[in-house]
Amino acid sequence: MLSELTLTVLRLGLLVALWAFVFAVVGVLRGDLYGTRVNKRVAAPARGPAPARPAPARGRGAKPARKGPTRLVVTAGPLSGTTLPLRAAGTLIGRSPECALVLDDDYASGRHARIYQDERGQWLVEDLRSTNGTYLGATRLTEPREVTAGSVLRIGQTTLELQR
Amino acid sequence: MSVVSSLAPRSGRTTELVLTLAAVAIVGLAYVNLGLATSGTIPPGLAALGVGYLGVSLAFHVVLRWRARYADPLLLPIVTLLNGLGLVMIHRVDIARGRDLSDGVALRQLMWSALAVAIAAGVLVVLRDHRILRRYTYLAGAVGFVLLLLPLMPLIGNSEYGSRIWIRLGPFSFQPGEVAKLVLAVFFAGYLVQTRDALSVAGRKVLGLTLPRARDLGPILLAWLASLGVLVFEKDLGSSLLFFGLFVAMLYVATERVSWIAIGLALFGAGAYLAYLTFGHVQTRVLLWLHTFSPEALQSSDQLAKGLMGMAAGGMIGTGLGRGRPDLTYLAESDFIVPSFGEELGMIGLFAILVLYALLVERGLRTSLGTRDGFGKLLAAGLSFSLALQCFVVVGGVTRVIPLTGLTAPFLSSGGSSLLANWTLVAILLRISDHARRPLPDEQEGSAVGEARTEVVRMP
Repeated sequence: MLSELTLTVLRLGLLVALWAFVFAVVGVLRGDLYGTRVNKRVAAPARGPAPARPAPARGRGAKPARKGPTRLVVTAGPLSGTTLPLRAAGTLIGRSPECALVLDDDYASGRHARIYQDERGQWLVEDLRSTNGTYLGATRLTEPREVTAGSVLRIGQTTLELQR
Repeated sequence: MSVVSSLAPRSGRTTELVLTLAAVAIVGLAYVNLGLATSGTIPPGLAALGVGYLGVSLAFHVVLRWRARYADPLLLPIVTLLNGLGLVMIHRVDIARGRDLSDGVALRQLMWSALAVAIAAGVLVVLRDHRILRRYTYLAGAVGFVLLLLPLMPLIGNSEYGSRIWIRLGPFSFQPGEVAKLVLAVFFAGYLVQTRDALSVAGRKVLGLTLPRARDLGPILLAWLASLGVLVFEKDLGSSLLFFGLFVAMLYVATERVSWIAIGLALFGAGAYLAYLTFGHVQTRVLLWLHTFSPEALQSSDQLAKGLMGMAAGGMIGTGLGRGRPDLTYLAESDFIVPSFGEELGMIGLFAILVLYALLVERGLRTSLGTRDGFGKLLAAGLSFSLALQCFVVVGGVTRVIPLTGLTAPFLSSGGSSLLANWTLVAILLRISDHARRPLPDEQEGSAVGEARTEVVRMP
């Protein structure tokens, strides 16, 4: 009798444990859906001259003062739809695996262009002497140029847009 | 698609450790439950087996900490749980057949699991970057097709249970199709990354579908012929569906064009219908599928009917481990392990297992979204889709959604080749996810390279 009871408890306990495990996994998964508001924190170090690693806990409450761009969106080309946050230290774009955005584009150079922030907090795009050039709007870059949210860059067959 | 990287990325290794321990605990609970239900005592080998299984999964966890710190933290726990549950169920069928642990299938499966984990860990250690695989695109293609056709070779090919998908070398038999799945995914990914631009150029638009140009149809026709060959000569509908489905899915992922799916489905439907008209064994399968309980069907095989009866006997919460009769069904420990779970854990338990599969596939697809290189994206998507498709074929087969085919349920079914291939698949997914979740390379860190400018090659 007792054994029968134990068995029933064990057997139902197994089902409960299985589902508890499933929910634990889903709980971890939620981080994917809700835990990704990272752009604010990336924009926070904008004010300091060149803080290599901003304290992650700060900058949560403080809104970024500037209305500069915070992310880079690929709007056309093979990686279309990809989004990545801009970092003040610089975001490298090119075909080389070390780049933040690795383009799969025959018309892009290994290290093609860089988007970074200068001392004044202004975002700049710089062509790294690429073979086929970086276009801001319709003009080919010859020197670092200022960019704002909404600026459209073209590298090879890839079109990038800076967004807030 | 979006790449999300947080400033202080969490590797998730601790989460993984906790969940893996929980998975091993659940497997232990199932084993205790089984022992109490069948013999009334806590099984004697519990400590040894439990520690052994824990050791194997923790060893893999340590390898992840060492070699893929940012890999997805959920893949290992899920796979540990599925593999362990499979072991318990195989042991349960052993008991019902009067075999004890030492001479049963379960112990062999446990050894295969350990070997599979060792090989998967080896893959993680050796393969530091999944993009290396891209170099072997065409080699992988050749190897894949050879593996597919290997069972047709006269000496080593071996026909079991009506399908010629085994090879036999001395005492070992192996199902090369399982490994072919992996290798072909590498080939398709490498090939499609190169050619997807050509395959997605605008074609003629018919009824809202952009159809490809006739000359771009070559690859899909080749894949179709190959999978039809598998169906006809190896009499294996499952593998054939798996390979063709994998190719069509990856083609769709690469080109984002629905027309490929339409063409693929149409081709497969036509091929399957032709095979149905021509071959007796396909007709038997269809008869078993549509009229499972008819006298003619029961005469040729009552396996499917018994599996369905078993699941019905299990009902909502199941009979409990050790209290059902899953062993009545032929192959209850491999192809029909899903009905065995349905009977003893009930619909609630079976759905937990299906959700685990869904989560596994979701992690794979998430990895594919997060990766920043096209090859990795395609490979991760292809590998996870092949897992999903295999689950669909297996579960769909035993529940009469599609004709029954001889595929194994990943990680659950007894069978060494399937375990080896699927653990390796997970190792590759872990490698890609490590790459996807790893924080972006810092500008300062690579300063030596960072100072160098792009070399401009001036053409004369």
